[in-house]
Amino acid sequence: MTTSHAQPASLASVASARTLSQPGTALLGTGLETRGVHAWFGKKHVLSDITLDFAAGTVTALIGPSGCGKSTFIRTLNRMHEFIPTAAMAGEVLLDGKDVYAPGTDVTKIRLRVGMVFQKPNPFPSMTIGENVLSGLKLAQIKKSNTDELLESCLTRAGLWNEVKDRLNEHGGALSGGQQQRLCIARSLAVQPQVLLMDEPCSALDPGSTFRIEETIAELAKSMTIVIVTHNMQQAARVSDYTAFFLSDGGPGEMIEAAPTSKIFSSPQDKRTEDYVTGRFG
Amino acid sequence: MTQTIPTPQKPWQPTKLDRLEDLAVVLASFVLAWLSVQFTGLNGKLGFFISLFFSLLVLNFGFHFIKQGSAAAKDSLLKVLTVMAIVLTLIPIVSILATVVSKGYKGLHWGILTKDMALASVNDPIVGGGLGHALVGTILMVGGALIISFPIGVLTALYLTEIRGPLTRPIRFLVQAMSGVPSIVAGLFILSSLVYPVTKALSGLMGSLALTILMIPTIARTAEEMLLLIPNELREAGVALGGTQWRTVAGVILPAAKSGLVTAIILGIARIIGETAPLLLVTGGGDALNLNPTEGAMGSLPYYIWKAFLTGGTPEAFARAWAGMLVLLAFIFILFGLARYLSGRKVG
Amino acid sequence: MASLVILGLIALFLSLKGLHILTEEKWGFITGSAWEVITDDTGSIAEAKFGIGAMLVGTFLSAMIAILVGVPISVLSALYLTFYANGKVKKFLISVIDLMAAFPSLLFGFWGFFIFMSSAEYWAKLLNKYLGFIPLFDVPTPIFERSPFIAGLVLAIMIIPIVTSIAREIFDQTPLDRIQAAYALGATRLAMIRAVVIPFGRGGIIGGAMLGLGRAMGETVAVYTVLNVVYQVNWQILFGAGGNVASLILLKFGEAGPDEVDALMAAGLVLFILTLLVNATADLLINRFGGKGR
Repeated sequence: MTTSHAQPASLASVASARTLSQPGTALLGTGLETRGVHAWFGKKHVLSDITLDFAAGTVTALIGPSGCGKSTFIRTLNRMHEFIPTAAMAGEVLLDGKDVYAPGTDVTKIRLRVGMVFQKPNPFPSMTIGENVLSGLKLAQIKKSNTDELLESCLTRAGLWNEVKDRLNEHGGALSGGQQQRLCIARSLAVQPQVLLMDEPCSALDPGSTFRIEETIAELAKSMTIVIVTHNMQQAARVSDYTAFFLSDGGPGEMIEAAPTSKIFSSPQDKRTEDYVTGRFG
Repeated sequence: MTQTIPTPQKPWQPTKLDRLEDLAVVLASFVLAWLSVQFTGLNGKLGFFISLFFSLLVLNFGFHFIKQGSAAAKDSLLKVLTVMAIVLTLIPIVSILATVVSKGYKGLHWGILTKDMALASVNDPIVGGGLGHALVGTILMVGGALIISFPIGVLTALYLTEIRGPLTRPIRFLVQAMSGVPSIVAGLFILSSLVYPVTKALSGLMGSLALTILMIPTIARTAEEMLLLIPNELREAGVALGGTQWRTVAGVILPAAKSGLVTAIILGIARIIGETAPLLLVTGGGDALNLNPTEGAMGSLPYYIWKAFLTGGTPEAFARAWAGMLVLLAFIFILFGLARYLSGRKVG
Repeated sequence: MASLVILGLIALFLSLKGLHILTEEKWGFITGSAWEVITDDTGSIAEAKFGIGAMLVGTFLSAMIAILVGVPISVLSALYLTFYANGKVKKFLISVIDLMAAFPSLLFGFWGFFIFMSSAEYWAKLLNKYLGFIPLFDVPTPIFERSPFIAGLVLAIMIIPIVTSIAREIFDQTPLDRIQAAYALGATRLAMIRAVVIPFGRGGIIGGAMLGLGRAMGETVAVYTVLNVVYQVNWQILFGAGGNVASLILLKFGEAGPDEVDALMAAGLVLFILTLLVNATADLLINRFGGKGR
C-alpha cells in the first residue's frame, strides 16, 4: 500500500539504496533460526511465538516501540535470557540446525558463536585496551599463538585501530563513549563469532560515533550474520537487509511483520507496521 | 487465530540426569576417601576428611574434564571449593548450638530463673541456686545502657541523614571507629575515668556505662540505615506542608521509621547482652539479687557464666555455666527473631 | 556531636593514666617482654617492670592465624552465597551466618575449650610431627593444649561471619553490565569471577579482612578461656602458652596494685590505638572500594 507521507518514502528510498546482501556462503553456516519462541518472566508472558530466519551473512533489524520484547528476544538467542531468576521460555533457537537449548549443550560454546554488543559500552575497567580486546580468549580459555595479529585485525574491523594503536597498554576508561563501544565490538570479534547480536548499540552515542559504527556493521556483515535491535528507523533503513517489526498491545510481544527492509518501509503489509513506520505512534 | 500457549520451561536448569551424575561423583569421592584411609597411612577422622577433600576435587575435575573440557572442569573446582567453605562455616555453628542445648539442658531446673546464688556455691547441686539475680542484673544494666544510648544513637543518625552538616564526615568516621573499640578497653575506660577517681566502687551503673560505649555505634549505624530507607518524598511532603526541619523530623520521619528504630534497639541489645569483659572489670558480679544499680556489686548473665566456669571445677559448676549460656542464647535468638520479623514488614 | 565527646574522653583518660608509665618505660613498654612486680618482705613493691612486648607477639600471632584460616573460607562462602546459592537456601544461610555473628564471644571460648580443644590438639600434634622441623611448629615440651594455634583457630571461626557478610555485600554490588559482558563472551562462572568480581571487590575484601583482624586483635574472653595465658614470648604457635594484650589485662587486673593498674591502662591504650588504626584503614578500604566510589 503506497502512502503519500514524506517520511516513509525517504526511508524506503534509503533502504532500497542498499544492495541486498546475498544470503550466506557455506562458510557462514546456515545462520540462526527461531521456531515459536516464547518468553516469560515469572507468570508474565512477554514474548509470543516468534519464528524468524536470520540468513547467514545478512543484517536484520528488529524495530518496534519500547517494551515490546525486542531486547528479551535477542537475549534468548545467545542464552542470556536465563540469567534473570524468573525467566522461562519455550520454542527452539537453531544455530546451524541445532537447538541451542537442547539438553547437554555447552552454553559457553554457544556464546562464543553468538556474540553480543550491549547498549551501554561495558569494557572491563581493570584491563588495558589490548587486554580488553583479547579478553574473550582468556575468558573462554582459548589458546592462541599469534595474538598481536588478531588484536590488530579485530580493532581494524571495528574501526578503532588507528586511534588506539599507540595506546594499547592504556586503560579503557580514557576512551570516549563511541570509542568504548567500538572497543566492545572488537572484543566480541576476537572469539570469531558466527552471529553478532547488537542491542541498540548506538542509542547512547553521538551521531559521529553512530555513523562510524554503522560503517563497521556494513563491513562485518560480509563475514557474519548480524541482528540489531534499534529504535531508530533511519538506522534500520541504512544498515539492514531485512527488518522485523515487533509490537505488544499490552500482552506478550509479537512479531507482526518481517520483510526485506525496503519493502517494510515502502509497502508494509500490516496496518500496524505502516502506522509505526509512518510515525503515527511509537 | 487462537493458538495453544506452550508451557514455560527452563531448559538451562540441571536435569535429573545432571543431578544424579553430581551425586554419583560425590558418592564416589566418599568411597575413594574411605579406601585411601584403609590402605594408606592416613587414619582417623582427620585422615578421612583430608582424603575426602582431595577426592572431591580430583573426581569432580576429572568428570567434568571428560564431559565438557578443561574450562568447565576448572569451573567445577571453584564450585566444589565454595560449597566446602559453606559446609566448613556451618559445622561450628551446628556444633555450638548442639553443645549449648545438650550441656545446658542438664543445668536447667524449675527455679533457675527465680533463685540466686547468695546461699549457694557453684559446686553445689544444681537445684540449690539459680541465675535470677544474673538475669535481673543483665536486664537492669542493658536497660540503663539503652536509656543513654538510644537518644545519642538516634540523634547521631539523624545528624548524618537529615542535617548533614559540616561535621558529617568526622562523625561518621568516629562512629565507625567506636564500633571497633575492644570491649575490654571500654571497661578500662569506665574503670579509669569513673570508678577509680570518682566512685571507688564497682556497681551496675558502671556496667551500664561501659556497655553504652559499645551500644551507641550499633544503634547509630542501624538507625542510619533505616532512616536512609525512608523515601525522600516523605521529607519533601513534610517541608511542603510548611514544617521546619525539626517538625518534619519529629512529625513525619520518626513515625515512619518506627519499626526501623525498634530494629536498631533490638540489634543494639543483642550486641551487648553477651559482653563479658567490661562487666568483669567494673560490676563486681554479685551473687545476690541486687535491684540497686548504683550501689553494690551487680550480677549479670555473662558474669554468672564466667564465675561458674572459672571458680568451679565440678560437673555441677559446668552445668550451671552451660545452662546460663543456654538462657543467654535463648534471649539472643528471640531478639534476632524479632528483628527479622520487624524488618520484614514495610517501613513505618 | 556527643560521640565526638565520648571518643575524645576515652582517648584522653586512657592517655592520662597510662602516660606516666609510658614516659618511664618509653619504647621499652611496647617492646619489653617482662612484666614483673617484685615485692619485698613487707609486701610493698620493690621493683616493677612492665612491658607488653610478649603480649603483642601473642596478639599478632593469634590474629594472623585467624586471618589466614578465616578469610579464605569467608571469601569462598561469600562467593557461594552470591553466585551459586538461590532463593530459600540463600536466605536461610544468610540468616544463620548473621545469627552466628551475634553469638557471645564467651560462647566461642567455651565451645573452644570443651569441644574443639581435643580435635585442635590432635591437629597440632600432627603438624608438629610432620612439620616440626620448621621452628614455628616446634615445641620445647610436648604441651599442645591451650596454644596460640588453637586460639587462632577459634578466632578464625569467630571472624568468619563478619568477613563473609562484608564480602557478600561487596560481591552483590559488582556491576551487572560487566558480569553480562563476561558471560556474553563465553565465560564460565569461574572465568567471570576472576575477570570481573575479584578485580572489583579486591579492595573491599581486604577491608573486610582487616575488620576481622581488628576483632581478632581485641578479643578477650574467648582467648582467655582457650589459651593458657602466661606472660612469655612464644613464637611457637603449637606450644601451650602465650596470650594477647586483652587477655593479659583481664588476667592481671584482679590482683593489680595501683602502679600495675596504670600499666594495664597503658596496655589498654596501646590496644585501643592499634585496633583504631586497623579499623579506620578497614573502613576506608570498604567505603572506597565497596562499589560506591567506582
